[in-house]
Amino acid sequence: MAKVDMTPHSPMRTEAAPRFPTMSLAGQAGTSFKPEHLAAICAETGRQGFFEVHAENYMGAGGPPHRALERVRRDHPISLHGVCMSLGGSQPLDRKHLSRFKGLVDRYQPALVSEHLAWSTHRNTYLNDLLPLPYTAATLSHVCDHVDQMQTAIGRPILLENPSTYVLYVDSSMSETDFIRQISRRTGCGLLLDVNNVFVSATNQGFSALDYLRDFPLSSVGEIHLAGHAEQQDDEGERLLIDSHDGPVADAVWRLYDIVIARCGPIPTLIEWDSKIPDWPVLRAEALAAQAILDRQTNGREQFHARS
Amino acid sequence: MRAADILPIALKTLDFTEPFSAALLSPEAPTPTLVTGPHGKRAEKRYDVYRNNVTVSLIAALASTFPAVERITGPDFFRAMARFHARQTPPTSPLLFDYGRDFPDFIDRYDYAKDLPWLSDVARIEREWLDAYHAANAPALNAEALSVVPPDELGAVTFRPHPTTRLISSAHPAVTIFAMNRGTGPVGRVENRPEDGLITRIEDEVTVHLLAPGNATFLGALLSGRCLAAAAAAALEAEPAFDLSGAIGAMIAAGAFSHIERETPNVEPA
Repeated sequence: MAKVDMTPHSPMRTEAAPRFPTMSLAGQAGTSFKPEHLAAICAETGRQGFFEVHAENYMGAGGPPHRALERVRRDHPISLHGVCMSLGGSQPLDRKHLSRFKGLVDRYQPALVSEHLAWSTHRNTYLNDLLPLPYTAATLSHVCDHVDQMQTAIGRPILLENPSTYVLYVDSSMSETDFIRQISRRTGCGLLLDVNNVFVSATNQGFSALDYLRDFPLSSVGEIHLAGHAEQQDDEGERLLIDSHDGPVADAVWRLYDIVIARCGPIPTLIEWDSKIPDWPVLRAEALAAQAILDRQTNGREQFHARS
Repeated sequence: MRAADILPIALKTLDFTEPFSAALLSPEAPTPTLVTGPHGKRAEKRYDVYRNNVTVSLIAALASTFPAVERITGPDFFRAMARFHARQTPPTSPLLFDYGRDFPDFIDRYDYAKDLPWLSDVARIEREWLDAYHAANAPALNAEALSVVPPDELGAVTFRPHPTTRLISSAHPAVTIFAMNRGTGPVGRVENRPEDGLITRIEDEVTVHLLAPGNATFLGALLSGRCLAAAAAAALEAEPAFDLSGAIGAMIAAGAFSHIERETPNVEPA
């Protein structure tokens, strides 16, 4: 006995996914995409830079998150930023998560894809924080395997982000910049330089942010992050900075950023703002401040070429 | 196969995650000895930053999934309850919109919530609400679909649920309490009675519909694959005043189904 479908649509069919052509974000400043800003973004004419989203927020089957991201992606390049692949962890990567990640890359064709030098899963527990790892030969080879595995799974290179840290491992035998340089060399991944993280870690660990940037493999950097931080105190009553992403970029971080851009040229730059989210014009103004620094470099370079 | 998979010893030397994570959800545990501050500084407050990040972010995840529960209990009560739950049952998936499935049952067992016997059902509605929010997009059954079925075949029709459809039954007025507390509007007295709710999403809008008596029995039967006639009979037995055409019309309008199926009566024997 046969069953007859009484509607014009077959049951398993979902709405056709739109096709998104490649869009460049060279020389641009962008912002974290927050759904509460969608109406304000759409109300403005012209491109509002690029938008970065946390990949995991778009791993549901359907509904408003995808509709919002499709709307944004129609007119803007996006950067897909993974927060919980746990590349720095000691256990195998979650294959289901890798395949979900690949699905998003295929669907939205992001201009950039990035993940963190950190871990967040232990056994079956997802700890929802970017946790630090020791820098040793053994962890290096493990992280490289994970980066290789992710790049193979999604079919393209990723950018790996330097962490903000509050503690050191007694067992670490390499500097963070060496560790990151080796990962990039061995896996071919690019780097996401989070200048706020550099400043936070430098303050917390008592090293010079400028020295760190001098040691950092800047030629591999494909994106820069800027964000606000908060301030607490350590056990000795000294300043301990928290990577809180809940306010404007600090002046000291702007100064470091200026130095990096002067040295490297106009690298796509993102303003991250993830809690106590302001109205769209406030966030956009922060991105425009970065854009002004990028444009100064772009224009300076053009004048230099014109003269030579 | 990688070395770590066949050599347990290789995994062990790498496993800094075990000692580091062991104390993250246990505030009374000592700071792991494998970490330190720079230049001989202590690591206690530094390690506490990670502890705090983990616990506070999981409490925030629960608060964002269960805003009506938080409004009912107040933020301090909620934070304490959510902290207990997060430490006892942290997420097992990195997708935080999947977190909190055990929270309603936890609320049932939570001593301090014993005076709010309907609170866990409000949490169940909020959990299902979020699942409907993230469920797959699909066209909903259109209102004319039933009108083309000959009357004598209507009873055999079965209904496929829309991916967003959820049915909730509560021994308490949980739907009304949910609706009052989900926003910021005023709350008032609620008549104590059992309530059933249908959750659906049309386009971007998730809606919780309060069902009339008998309708949950009817819808439950349809969602489990029983035909229209069997579902109607079950509903009439539960509620003699059950209004079949009103119920099916309202459910179709709410977007509860994706399509109907009927047995073809005109297949010639081979």
